[in-house]
Amino acid sequence: MLTVENLSKRYPNGLLALSGIELRVRPGEILGVVGGSGCGKSTLLRVLSGLEPPTAGRVTLNGTDIASPREEIGFVFQEPRLMPWLSIRDNVAFGIRHLPKTEQTARVDEALQRVGLADFARCWPRELSGGMAQRAALARALVGRPSVLLLDEPFSALDALTRYDLQDHLLELWSYERPTMVLVTHDIEEALVLSDRVVVMQPGPGRIQTVATPALPRPRERTDPLFEDWKHRLLGELSRSFRDHRRGEEAFPAAAI
Amino acid sequence: MTATERLYEPTADALPSLAGGPRRRPGLGRAVGLIVPAVLALGWEAAVATGWGDGRLLPPPSRVLATLYALYASGDLVTHVLATLWRVGAGFLCGVLAGTLLGALTGYLTVARRLFDPTLQALRSIPSIAWVPLFILWFGIFETSKVILIAVGVFFPIYLALSGAIMDVDRKLVEVGRMFRLSGPQLVWRVLLPATLPSYVLALRAGLGLGWMFVVAAEFMGASEGLGFLLVDGQMTGNPATILAAILGFAVLGKITDGLLAAASRPLLRWQDGFKTEA
Ligand SMILES: Nc1ncnc2c1ncn2[C@@H]1O[C@H](COP(=O)(O)OP(=O)(O)OP(=O)(O)O)[C@@H](O)[C@H]1O
Ligand SMILES: [Mg+2]
Repeated sequence: MLTVENLSKRYPNGLLALSGIELRVRPGEILGVVGGSGCGKSTLLRVLSGLEPPTAGRVTLNGTDIASPREEIGFVFQEPRLMPWLSIRDNVAFGIRHLPKTEQTARVDEALQRVGLADFARCWPRELSGGMAQRAALARALVGRPSVLLLDEPFSALDALTRYDLQDHLLELWSYERPTMVLVTHDIEEALVLSDRVVVMQPGPGRIQTVATPALPRPRERTDPLFEDWKHRLLGELSRSFRDHRRGEEAFPAAAI
Repeated sequence: MTATERLYEPTADALPSLAGGPRRRPGLGRAVGLIVPAVLALGWEAAVATGWGDGRLLPPPSRVLATLYALYASGDLVTHVLATLWRVGAGFLCGVLAGTLLGALTGYLTVARRLFDPTLQALRSIPSIAWVPLFILWFGIFETSKVILIAVGVFFPIYLALSGAIMDVDRKLVEVGRMFRLSGPQLVWRVLLPATLPSYVLALRAGLGLGWMFVVAAEFMGASEGLGFLLVDGQMTGNPATILAAILGFAVLGKITDGLLAAASRPLLRWQDGFKTEA
């Protein structure tokens, strides 16, 4: 269980990026996080990963505090962030160098197979397309068999077709070990296709506005009228969050934040 | 979802050239660079031979080569070359060690940077040759002062490039290292070192070039052997062929040592994705 209690995060420059976040993510759950630009989605994920310390509140995984990056937490960034001097195979193996050689080889082979890059193991990162590079980054994060996978707008730099493909692919990858996933996205459809629950965030300072539980059968179909229905509901929530935010700004000018 | 649905996914058949992994480019066309010097040398040779040019101040290649051969036959050439090579080698090694150590330290640790960088930058603005009188007073006229002068010349490009390159390493890649819980030394070895390698290799080559420059200055300040001594000797005895022979020696040695350095680093830099990546 991944729990967030009364979490606030203030950056050293004084900006309050998150305030009073409460969350409980069940093992194996896929949690979507949507919200406008700058409402603290990346900050939340970075605190969950242990890359940023919280200013107040607690973040725990199975009862122990997340104070720094941990083996059982994987992270997929918006960009692939592959090491350009390593082959795809060595990039995927980057995080499991402490394992025995045979175990490494077996796991990397399996991960490359699963993301469909087995034929590209010996290529340099510069020889891959954006979607392939992001699949390699997924393989790198999953090869250590994390129980929690954090994804920060992992597909937002890709074209729509590749994005659809990778969304399906992500579900397939999830189905092997069923890690808990927290997926930040600004794409409501993406959140609805993937998530069990969707957190809608509100800016200034970043808070949770609502948590929606889309009652949609899996596999989710983008063309399902119910899907369209949920999309509109979430869109409504999102635009409400912005309206509230703007009204808030009128009441408290920016300096008060 | 089935594999056939992923239509755009390339297969090994569709991309046969990639299936074998990273490719090497054939080393064609290198010989082109020899055309210009060859034409110039032969032209001057012919001009002097036909009496059209005067070979006294600028002797033709044949006479330079003859001088070189005479030096070789008497065993002097080997002595001079070895003396110069030893000085460059020792000075380069000291300069590289000091430059790497301080460059890595100041690039990696902010404290070290605050502590050392201002002093080193101030020292850098002094033309290195200006140290010569002091070095001679301190270390005498023999090998020590020469090696130290060369080391000083080699030090700065390496120090500057390495500390700058470390500070410029992509923060995002360092973060990946943090996410995988790399320790300090692991981060240096697995992220910082490979990321800075291209700039470091360039700095080594620049430093080596300066090493060759400073060995001439060092040998000018009093030496009884070495290619620099040969230069002075040719001037004193009014023998331009000797001077040119020494210059030729410098050119060949400089090119060979730089080529060795480049060749040694090339396999480590094949991943680079630059405009016309070529070492
Ligand atoms: N390192 C930092 N130092 C100071 N302020 C920061 C830092 N990173 C983010 N912020 C601020 O915190 C707020 C939230 O940023 P964050 O990156 O979490 O937003 P986001 O929801 O991920 O936005 P986007 O959708 O554009 O990625 C923003 O106002 C931003 O300016
Ligand atoms: Mg973000």
